[in-house]
Amino acid sequence: MSVSASAPLEGVRVIELADGWAAHCGRILSDLGADVVKVEPPAGDTARRRPPFIAEREGPDRGLWWIALNANKRGVTLDLAHPAATGVLRRLVERADVLLESYGTELVARGVSPAVTSSWNERLIHTTITPYGSAGPLAAAPASDLEVTAASGALWLAGDPGRPPVRTTLPQSPFWAGMAGAMGTLFAYLARGASGRGQHVDTSAQAAMVTATPPASVHWDTMREDHERLGQFLIGRSIVGAKFRNIWRCRDGYISFAIQGGAIGRHTGTKLVEWMASRGEVPETLRAIDWQKFDNTTLKQDEVERLEGAIAPFFESLTRKEFFEGVVARNMLGYPVSTVEDIEADPQLAARDFWQQVPVPEAGRSVTFPGGFALFDGERPRIRRPAPRLGEHNAEVYGELGLGAAELAATRAGGAS
Amino acid sequence: MTDLAVAPSLGVSAPQALAGIRVVEVGFAAAGPLVGKYLANHGAEVIKLESSRAPDVFRSTYPPFKDNVPGPDRAAMFAFYNDGKRSVTLDLKHPRGMELARALVAKSDVLIESFPAGTMAKRGLAYPELIRENPGLVMLSSCNQGQTGPHAQHPGYGSQLTCLAGFVHLLGERERAPVFLYGPYIDYIAVGYGVIGVLAGLARRAATGRGTYIDLSQYEAGLQFMTPAFLEHELNGTVPTRAGNDDPIAIPHGVYPCKADTRDDRWVALSVWSDEEWVRFREAIGDPAWARERRWDGAAGRRAARAELDERIGEWTRGRTRDAVVSALRSRGLRAAAVETISELFADGQLAHRGLWRALPHPVIGTVQCLSAPFTLSATPSRQEHAGPTLGADNDHVFGTVLGVGEEERAALARDGVFA
Repeated sequence: MSVSASAPLEGVRVIELADGWAAHCGRILSDLGADVVKVEPPAGDTARRRPPFIAEREGPDRGLWWIALNANKRGVTLDLAHPAATGVLRRLVERADVLLESYGTELVARGVSPAVTSSWNERLIHTTITPYGSAGPLAAAPASDLEVTAASGALWLAGDPGRPPVRTTLPQSPFWAGMAGAMGTLFAYLARGASGRGQHVDTSAQAAMVTATPPASVHWDTMREDHERLGQFLIGRSIVGAKFRNIWRCRDGYISFAIQGGAIGRHTGTKLVEWMASRGEVPETLRAIDWQKFDNTTLKQDEVERLEGAIAPFFESLTRKEFFEGVVARNMLGYPVSTVEDIEADPQLAARDFWQQVPVPEAGRSVTFPGGFALFDGERPRIRRPAPRLGEHNAEVYGELGLGAAELAATRAGGAS
Repeated sequence: MTDLAVAPSLGVSAPQALAGIRVVEVGFAAAGPLVGKYLANHGAEVIKLESSRAPDVFRSTYPPFKDNVPGPDRAAMFAFYNDGKRSVTLDLKHPRGMELARALVAKSDVLIESFPAGTMAKRGLAYPELIRENPGLVMLSSCNQGQTGPHAQHPGYGSQLTCLAGFVHLLGERERAPVFLYGPYIDYIAVGYGVIGVLAGLARRAATGRGTYIDLSQYEAGLQFMTPAFLEHELNGTVPTRAGNDDPIAIPHGVYPCKADTRDDRWVALSVWSDEEWVRFREAIGDPAWARERRWDGAAGRRAARAELDERIGEWTRGRTRDAVVSALRSRGLRAAAVETISELFADGQLAHRGLWRALPHPVIGTVQCLSAPFTLSATPSRQEHAGPTLGADNDHVFGTVLGVGEEERAALARDGVFA
């Protein structure tokens, strides 16, 4: 399993003692070339039990969240309740650059706080990723994706007006929290270059989700406008408070489009009317527009609605694919509301060699994964190995440490005395 | 609260993570500039390069403005997204302007740009040319769909790209139209990955002395957050779609209406993750007769009659404030949180404890509530001293002190329109 010579974090050692909140952070660091060792309880990480499973059949190595978030990591087991466990953890941490954990107060109760790990290894960066952060009134409050999203304003802002707020069906806060943890960890890593010392990076999933909707806070701060969920609409650049439809029904689903001003918005309007004309009659309300002078910022709500009403039947006649190909061919603004199937077929991603085949042992075949998040000097970070089976690397990792019999007992199921 | 709060500290004299690092930023709106903001907050000198003829669109076209009067130094969006930076103006169409821009990049460690693909090369600022003078340069290009490929030149913006990347299809109630999460969600994912890319580039430079060119497609960065959905299609042949607030494990799991207080439209989010938690939940809501029926004991039974279950729970929450519901559940170790409005985030005790909001001075707007980072660093914390700079505020410092252009020459260049 050779690491590309150009992997940015080659040689960085990470110990990940974490459930779902921190797994994505470890995944990012490992994609960048770090050696990430995931330490699980002998019964397995809770993420191994999260559905969906391969072929909807449960099993410790069959959970899709587990497979997705733990690729590129090695895996060992350690029973934290065993009296020798802290000693084993210390041995791991002494050789590490980063300890990444999401156990928070539970780990502190076992005597493993950032102050303690710093005494074990003063160069260690100890990154915690917990729902609300490791200090403050909610440090010990439990939360899942739903509560964290609620506490960040990101639930309030999504949904149809007059109906309940909704969250993204694919939980998002574990990704935001993990990404924030990776940012903080890398800042601390660079700081260590000068100081020679590590520090505590205290990451909050709640705060990470606040960074998903930042302009909303500006409207409150400046105008005392508390923005609300608008369903398929956005306010955009209107200076008279008009809202614009940005999600429209099409023949086989939905597309995103908006009536816009500005150079590209005017081009889009011109091309839309031409496109409509090529397929049939253009309503008078649209034919009357001089797109070269069109300004959407001062349109009143009833004017916006009249224009939108004139366009809607045209979109309803197109499929998502027809719309996508049409806007690309005409260099117009607009995209389909894509499904994962649509995205897998996108020629742009194929041209950039985005997807990667990764063997998934439980499936008995290779599977297409999203590739690395960016190109570094033209190279995309690679997935070098699938997510580890439970305890897959115990012999390899603990062998490097030369553990004694009592310590080895702490690494096995039922080892607690 | 806990020992976790007692963290190792190097004291106030510890240099920040990016002390001594100089960054030039030529970008606009959110996705590029927020990367620069995080670098500035952690010690880098970030110089935002604009032209007064075509300043950042957040100065010119996006409300809100101070007193609702537009103007490049009155734009709250710009002030919010660019705290801690310096501002310089240069006309890159003027040969001397281009020369100064190149000289500045030659004396910098990082260049961030977020123009449409190919713009930098057209202006003579392509990476291969820049590293001839500065081989250690780390450059981030962040745009909608990356620098290459058939759609590289296709225009787009964050809200619509969020639709293309599949997030919107997964957000909304079953059998209803999808909804937005406030629009350009994917831009902010790209910000985080942009920061990570630059920091990884600097880490490698520290080890090898070499710079790095990072081609970041905001689309591809966003798709990282969709990985399990792709695997579901790949491995099980199903196309995931929106399912309201449902969860495959927790039941109940959703939002419930609460008593109106200073406003109506009040909601609480709560979730029950096991049958053992259900017993505690039942106690928390006063152990009513309906909840004692055996059919609710198992998750399968609760899921089978979830509409009825949600209605029953709603009857209990509707007569209570969000805080009363949250405290009844949290005191039993259960998960619950108020659905906070945006204004409430400024009064949130937990966020305040972390210092997430920073009231920063601005010479025209007054005070701007800027964001700190979602992580805190115990030894080298973020420092935020001022909101986004006024246009050209640092021309004298940057061209005089950093580049060493004398006062007389600067006056002559100004007359020639080089600093326009």
